[in-house]
Amino acid sequence: MTETEFLMWVRGPAFQVATLVFVVGVIVRLLEILLLGRKANLAEARGSAMAGGLRTLLTRMWPDRGTLQRSTFTVVTGYVFHIGLFVTIFLFAPHILLIRDVFGVGWAALPTAIIDATTVVTIITLLAVLVYRLRDPVQRFLSGFQDYFVWLVTILPLVTGYLAFHRIGLSPPMLLATHILSVELLMVAFPFTKLMHAFTLFMARWYNGAIAGYRGVRS
Amino acid sequence: MAKDETLLETLQRRGISRRSFLKFCASTASLMALPPAMIPAVARALEQARRPSVIWLSFQECTGCTESLTRSHSPTVEGLIFDAISLDYHHTLQAASGDAAEAARHAAMEENFGSYLLVVDGSIPTANPGYSTIAGISNHDMLLETAKGAAAIISVGTCAAFGGIPHASPNPTGAVAVSELITDKPIINVSGCPPIPVVISGVLTHFLTFGTLPALDELGRPRAFFGQSIHDRCYRRPFYDKGLFAETFDDEGAKKGWCLYKLGCKGPTTFNACATAKWNNGTSFPIQSGHPCLGCSEPDFWDSGGFYKPLSTPTRDIGATLIYGAAAGAAAGVALGALNQARKRSAVKAHQPVSVDDLEKGGSQ
Repeated sequence: MTETEFLMWVRGPAFQVATLVFVVGVIVRLLEILLLGRKANLAEARGSAMAGGLRTLLTRMWPDRGTLQRSTFTVVTGYVFHIGLFVTIFLFAPHILLIRDVFGVGWAALPTAIIDATTVVTIITLLAVLVYRLRDPVQRFLSGFQDYFVWLVTILPLVTGYLAFHRIGLSPPMLLATHILSVELLMVAFPFTKLMHAFTLFMARWYNGAIAGYRGVRS
Repeated sequence: MAKDETLLETLQRRGISRRSFLKFCASTASLMALPPAMIPAVARALEQARRPSVIWLSFQECTGCTESLTRSHSPTVEGLIFDAISLDYHHTLQAASGDAAEAARHAAMEENFGSYLLVVDGSIPTANPGYSTIAGISNHDMLLETAKGAAAIISVGTCAAFGGIPHASPNPTGAVAVSELITDKPIINVSGCPPIPVVISGVLTHFLTFGTLPALDELGRPRAFFGQSIHDRCYRRPFYDKGLFAETFDDEGAKKGWCLYKLGCKGPTTFNACATAKWNNGTSFPIQSGHPCLGCSEPDFWDSGGFYKPLSTPTRDIGATLIYGAAAGAAAGVALGALNQARKRSAVKAHQPVSVDDLEKGGSQ
């Protein structure tokens, strides 16, 4: 297989399979949770579940003072790498082209120099997060294989993307192929790991708020 | 032109001044990334070079490579260097035809056995020898016969180097590159559709100067010319870095000369000297004239997912995959949900209340 053939395979069949696994996996897992159902709550409502849910959705976007003081490192690095991932994934011109190719909608891109800097910051933050996880006795105790695996599949596209952009190590077609392949790995792993939190997070947050809202208390 | 005339004599006879000759040596040395100290060596070697015998075989090709090399410049030193080789067989250019032409090939092969250069353009059909023949000889047989006494082979153009357009899917003629049939000779791939003339003269200069082939990349191409991508040397690169792209061929971005990545430019994955050596005597190259790079110097460029599709986009219909995937996911999710509900119901049904009496009874046993 030549380098071009490999790149074509990665951009073609491999991407198709990864997309299929991702879509089927995410929908199955979401439906599995939603269709589980809840017992009817027989208690009298003391407030609006919907309002409570929506309020919590918003208020939990920002950490409360206590959490920020207790876990400053976790909160700050968490924000940095999540925003970094958002910027690098959704505001880099070649990525927007892919989105426009698939969904027909696109938006303005950021200059590559900004994406480049964001990538470096995100990679460094993810490395710091790993070091912290390994050094903190409680975090290390709570971490299993999946936590490290998920970390790896998240940082790989960033590293391979950085290498591909700067053309370090391999030929450009191979670098591009490696980058796309690492994203495909992320897509395949996504529905079956903790990465699913990207989809379940807001659902769960709303539900927490809704329980409190129904009882007429603040969450 | 006498066979034993040196290149310097040929050039002098053609009225090329020593100044232009040395300028050519200097620019060739720098193009091939040789240190400046090598310029006198290049000049000396070229001055004394005897015209090497070259046999040029054209197989499944469009003659674009020959056109590129012979007609792209009005006389230049590169052109004369090319004239200064002894082109003993080239069925498009030679005056002789039929048996006389084949006799010239055999004579050149016998006279220079082991030392002639073999230049090939075009791919070789393997599905049926009758698909392409010259003087009744199949391309396959002619290549094998002529390659035997060659010092080295230069595959000119993407067809000879990688199979090119005849090799494109579904490859009806079973076209293959020279390197798939000849494995015991040094082969240099000068790919491109067509290749840049100065690359050919550069390779010839290297061969005349050092008697060896230049350093090659993993695809057998001279590193000096194919060492950097079009994207890395493109004058529109700053626009890519700033995120300024032409969206269509006639929008403001296109008029302002912004990056053509979104219009499918293959510059980032294509290695060639177009952006530096350029075409038509250094006048321009495709991107400069507003068209994205097609990636013609890379293997399988014809089947690389569409000329006007950006490199970062998938080559298959991912929209349809998403729809089918979503439908399949919904069906599987609902089925799984129903299964879980049924399991829950049967668990409720199977639930037996346990009283204190039951427990005591159990304990006494």
